[in-house]
Amino acid sequence: MFANPKRRIKIETRNLNFFYGTHQALFDNRLAVEENSIMAVIGPSGCGKSTHLRIYNRIFELYRDQRAEGEVLLDGKNILDKDVDVLELRRKVGMIFQKPTPFPMSVFDNVAYPLRLHFKISKKETAERVEQALKGASLWDEVKDKLKSSGLALSGGQQQRLCIARAIAAEPEVLLMDEPTSAIDPVATLKIEELMVELKRKFTIVIVTHNMQQAARISDSTAFFYKGSIIESGDTDQIFTNPRNPKTEEYITGRFG
Amino acid sequence: MKQKKLFFRKFKDRLIRLFSAGAVLLATGAMIWILFTVFQKGRDCLNLSFFLHPSKPFGMADGGIANALIGTVLITLGAAVIAVPPALLAGIYLSEYKDHQKFASFLRFCANVMMGMPSILVGLFVYMLLVVPSGNFSGFAGSVALAIIMFPVIMRTTEDMLSMVPYALRESALALGMTRTRTTLRIVCVSAKQGLLTGILLSLSRVSGETAPLLFTAMFADTWPTAYFTEPTANMPVLITEYATNSPFESMHTAGWGAAMAVTILVLAINLVTRILFREKKHVR
Repeated sequence: MFANPKRRIKIETRNLNFFYGTHQALFDNRLAVEENSIMAVIGPSGCGKSTHLRIYNRIFELYRDQRAEGEVLLDGKNILDKDVDVLELRRKVGMIFQKPTPFPMSVFDNVAYPLRLHFKISKKETAERVEQALKGASLWDEVKDKLKSSGLALSGGQQQRLCIARAIAAEPEVLLMDEPTSAIDPVATLKIEELMVELKRKFTIVIVTHNMQQAARISDSTAFFYKGSIIESGDTDQIFTNPRNPKTEEYITGRFG
Repeated sequence: MKQKKLFFRKFKDRLIRLFSAGAVLLATGAMIWILFTVFQKGRDCLNLSFFLHPSKPFGMADGGIANALIGTVLITLGAAVIAVPPALLAGIYLSEYKDHQKFASFLRFCANVMMGMPSILVGLFVYMLLVVPSGNFSGFAGSVALAIIMFPVIMRTTEDMLSMVPYALRESALALGMTRTRTTLRIVCVSAKQGLLTGILLSLSRVSGETAPLLFTAMFADTWPTAYFTEPTANMPVLITEYATNSPFESMHTAGWGAAMAVTILVLAINLVTRILFREKKHVR
């Protein structure tokens, strides 16, 4: 099914159903995400892409009427099990949102926050790791002289990279990105795309995107969602050049969506 | 098809414009008139000794308002100490913990009823609750009455301000592995800090002029407010009421105007500070 069978499966989804109250939004989703790869999740608006992604770190639990059934295996362990500690899960599975969400504090503190939250850590090491994370998010050179100024004072693209730095600071294993460039200008988007390709060496990335060129450019594998079901998933090259399902082809060629 | 006369359409346009401009003038005019009267009549009291000396019993010359000014500050701050913490927590509960929607909407309904309650009722309530059993009027009882008035106002503004914080911010805090409580206190409340402060300041400026609740609770005294918890405590609104309505002496009428001016300036100052804080917030966003 995948072009590179050598790679280990990081996340495997089986029989995943999702409900908003009584309304079922996802139907029997099955998907496998390889370690150190980028999985692009595409599909028309309202097809359940974000809903699917938001199960991986159980962020949907913030809302009382939302419910997931089935299995999401992270390294073989079902994260939907009751005994999984959600705080620890979210340290391992970071998330980037559509709009940048810097915290109301300095650039430095934004990145240091998850470090201080999860680890007993000295000031010196905090500073080192903040620098590392900011370098990892290709933001260090732009902010190294204004670490103490507010994170809200940065430009949109910089804010998004700040959020990426914050998400990778506590060394997660998986990064979830929910349309991370849709609110950002093309130049900043390009930077973030380059960054993602860089980041997959250390992390497993799942990205929801409306931008098909983006999916084709950066991802290794692609999943096409339609009305809550995964119509087709597999190697990105194959999906974009030789889709098996006619629905996939229609969407990719822009006939609907 | 016959064209309508342009003249009538333009005439209607002008007429409406004129009326709405007139309405604005009426509203601001009334405010300016009140301010002007207060300042004109209170102007004679603008000397240092008026603000440095305590009030004196009816008929004695050279009384000031210093005791009432300090008393009002004491009573208002006391009310803030009593009302602000629980009101903030209640607002946080309504906005952040949506697990018991029915209970929350019941709370909201109660707060609305409380906000519409005549303040004299609150005064009578505290009179029965504190003054009668203890046998004493006190500044503290006044604070409790004002706190009851402040509570729903702060609770509702807190809820509104927190609701304005985008959900994505909460989600990104939780997504980093923060608990709900930490997310609420460290991220959501800090984001809405200026809004919360605005709510508190506006409610303070509102109650610092309340008279009715204090008539039954703090009462008045011509002494310095040294026994806040046990004795009647001087305060501005009651001083103004007493001097304006119960005194036959012209000098006390004047002092009443002076006190009215002082309260007006106090409330104006709080409002201005609030406006400035709010303006800063807009700049950040």
